[in-house]
Amino acid sequence: MSAYEAIILTIITASTPLLLAAIGELVVERSGVLNLGIEGMMVMGAVCGFAAAHVSGSAWLGVLAAIMGGVAMSLLFGFLTQTLITNQVATGLAITLLGLGLSGLIGSDFVGLPGVKLANVSIPWLSELPYVGRLVFGQDPLVYVSIGLTVAVAYLLKYTRWGLIIRAVGQSHTSAHALGYRVIAVRYACIAFGGATSGLAGAYLSLVYTPQWIENMTAGRGWIALALVVFSTWLPGRLAAGAYLFGGVWILGLYAQAMGLGIPSQLLSSLPYVATILALVVISTNRRLSVINTPASLGQGFVPDR
Amino acid sequence: MQIVLEKRSQASSWMNVMSPVLAIGLTVIMGGLIFAAMGKPPLTALYLYFIDPLTSWWSIEEVLVKAGPLVLIGVGLAVCFKANVWNIGAEGQLTAGALMGAMVPVLLGDWQSPWALVLMLLLGALGGAMFAFIPAWLKTRFGVNEILTSLMLVYIAQLFLDWMVRGPWKDPHGYNFPKSVAFEGWHLLPMWGDGRMHLGLVVALVIALVLYWVMRNNLKGFEVRVVGSAPRAGAFAGFSQTKMVWFCFALSGGLAGLAGLIEVAGPIGQLQPHISPNYGFTAIIVAFLGRLNPLGVVFSGLLLAISYIGGEGVQIELGISDKTTQVFQGMLLFFILMCDTLILYRVRYLSGTQANIEGETS
Repeated sequence: MSAYEAIILTIITASTPLLLAAIGELVVERSGVLNLGIEGMMVMGAVCGFAAAHVSGSAWLGVLAAIMGGVAMSLLFGFLTQTLITNQVATGLAITLLGLGLSGLIGSDFVGLPGVKLANVSIPWLSELPYVGRLVFGQDPLVYVSIGLTVAVAYLLKYTRWGLIIRAVGQSHTSAHALGYRVIAVRYACIAFGGATSGLAGAYLSLVYTPQWIENMTAGRGWIALALVVFSTWLPGRLAAGAYLFGGVWILGLYAQAMGLGIPSQLLSSLPYVATILALVVISTNRRLSVINTPASLGQGFVPDR
Repeated sequence: MQIVLEKRSQASSWMNVMSPVLAIGLTVIMGGLIFAAMGKPPLTALYLYFIDPLTSWWSIEEVLVKAGPLVLIGVGLAVCFKANVWNIGAEGQLTAGALMGAMVPVLLGDWQSPWALVLMLLLGALGGAMFAFIPAWLKTRFGVNEILTSLMLVYIAQLFLDWMVRGPWKDPHGYNFPKSVAFEGWHLLPMWGDGRMHLGLVVALVIALVLYWVMRNNLKGFEVRVVGSAPRAGAFAGFSQTKMVWFCFALSGGLAGLAGLIEVAGPIGQLQPHISPNYGFTAIIVAFLGRLNPLGVVFSGLLLAISYIGGEGVQIELGISDKTTQVFQGMLLFFILMCDTLILYRVRYLSGTQANIEGETS
C-alpha cells in the first residue's frame, strides 16, 4: 500500500464516526430538537458494542447492541424533552454526563480485554484493483453505511413527503400541528434516529478505530459532530465534506507527531478542537449562510394547545 | 387512560421546594436498584454512600474540601444559567486559573510574602476569566454558539496543562515525574484541622453569600433574571444582552479559575496533569440542584461532595467501581429536570371517555 493510500485510509477512518454521529443530529435538529447528548449516546454505543462483541464474539451483534444503546439513551432524552418538556440544553448535558458515567461503570469489567474487529469488505477482483481498489471497495462496512445514510438523508429531506414533514415540524411546530401532523411523534422518531447513528458512531470507535474499550474513548467527538452540524448549515452534502475535513485535521496532528517536527504532541492533539472553534467562527461570520437553513423552532419545546 | 401535562396557572412554589427533594429520593431508589442489579447489598451500599461520609470527622473534612470548588464554580454557573448564558467549559477555566496562578510559585519561587498568595488568588481568578472571555468574545462578536466553544476550550486547556507539566514547568529535581515544583510557604493556602481544610472553603462560602445578596437585592441580580427569562423585556428596559454575556463569563470563569488555583495551592500543592475530578462538569449539576440560587448551591455542593467521598467508600468497602459516582451525578441531574416539570405543569390522568371528549372538543 502506498503512502497516499495509507493517509486517505486513516482520514476516512477518523472521519466516519464524526459523519455517522453528525448525520443523525442533522435530522434531529431539522425536526427542531437540539440534542446535546451525542457524546453520551456515542460513548454508550461504544461500550455496548464492545461488550456485546466481546461476549458473543460477533462484531455484528456488537453493532446491533451499540445501536440499541444509543437509541435507549436518545429515548430517555426524548421522554424528558418531548413528553415532560424539559430544557433541551440541560437535558442534553444530562445525557452526556450520565452516558459517560454509565459507560465507565459498564466498561470497568472490560478494560484491557481484547476486542473484536469488524472485518473489512473484500470483493474478489474489485478490491484488488490498483490504486483505487482498496480505497473504494475494501473499506469496513460502516464506511459504506455512513455514506449511504448521508445520501439517504439528503434525499429524504429534499425530495420526500416525510422530509417535508420533518422540516415543517422544525420550522414551525404550531403550524405543523395545525395542519394535523403529530409534532411530538415526528420528533421522537427523529431523536431515535439520532440515537441510532450516534450508537453506530460509538460502535465504529470500539469495533473498528481501536477495537478495545477505553474510558471516555469518544474524546469530544460527539461535541465536534454537533459543531459539524452547525458548520454544515444543516445540509447533508456540506456535512460530509466537513466531516472529512475534520477527520483530515485529526490525522494531520497524528502524522505531524509521528514525523517528529519538534512540536509538542499535546499541542498537535488540540488541533481538532482549535479547528472546530475556527470553523464555527468562519461559518457564523457568514450570517446569511447560517440563518437561511436554521430550523426556526430549534431547541423549543412544544406543548399542544388543548 | 391517558396521561397529560396541564400548564399550571402559576408556578407551584411548593413543588419549587419539593422538586430537589423528590429528585434526590428518586436517585437514591434508582441507585439502590443499580447496586442490587450488580449483586451488592443495596442498603449497605447506600449507607456507605450517603451516610457513612458524615460519621467521622476525617471524612466530613474531606467532604468540605470537595464541596469548596463545587460551590465556588456552582454559584458562578447558577448566575450564568439564570441569564440563559450557557458556559459549560468551567473545567477549562478552572485549568486556566490554576496555570495562571501557578506562575508565582513556578517562576518566582523565592518570593515568600503574604502578597504572593494574594497575587496567586488574583491571577487564578484572572486566568479563569480571561479564558472565559474567548467564548464570550466569539459569541458577542461573531455569534458563535458558546456551548460548543466553551466545551472545546476544556480539551485545549487540559492538553496545554499536560504539556506544561511535562515540558517547560516540569520540576527539574522531580525524577522526571510530570509535576511542577511543590509549592511552599506563602504559596500554599493556610490549612487547619488535620491539615486538609483550607482557606478556600471560607472564600467559597463568603462568595456564595455575597452572590445570594446580589441576586436578591441588587439591580444586577434583577437584570440577570430579566435578561434570562424575558430577553425582549430586558432589551426594552435597556439591559444589554451583550454586556450580560460578558458579565456572566467573567463571573463564572473567574470563580472557576479561583477554584482551580485553590485546588493546586490547597489540597494538591503543585501542578500535575490532572487537577480536578471533573469539578467543572459536576458543578453544572450543583447549579441545577441548587435551583440556580447561590444559597441552594451551597447545599447541593455539599451533597455532591458527599457523593464523591461516598463513591470512594463504596469502592473500598464493596469493590464497586468508583464510576458509580458519575452515574449517580448524571441520574441526579436527570431527575431534577424531570421533577422541575412539576413546577410549571400538573400531571392529569384522563380516563378513556374523558380523553375522547377532550380530543373531540380541542
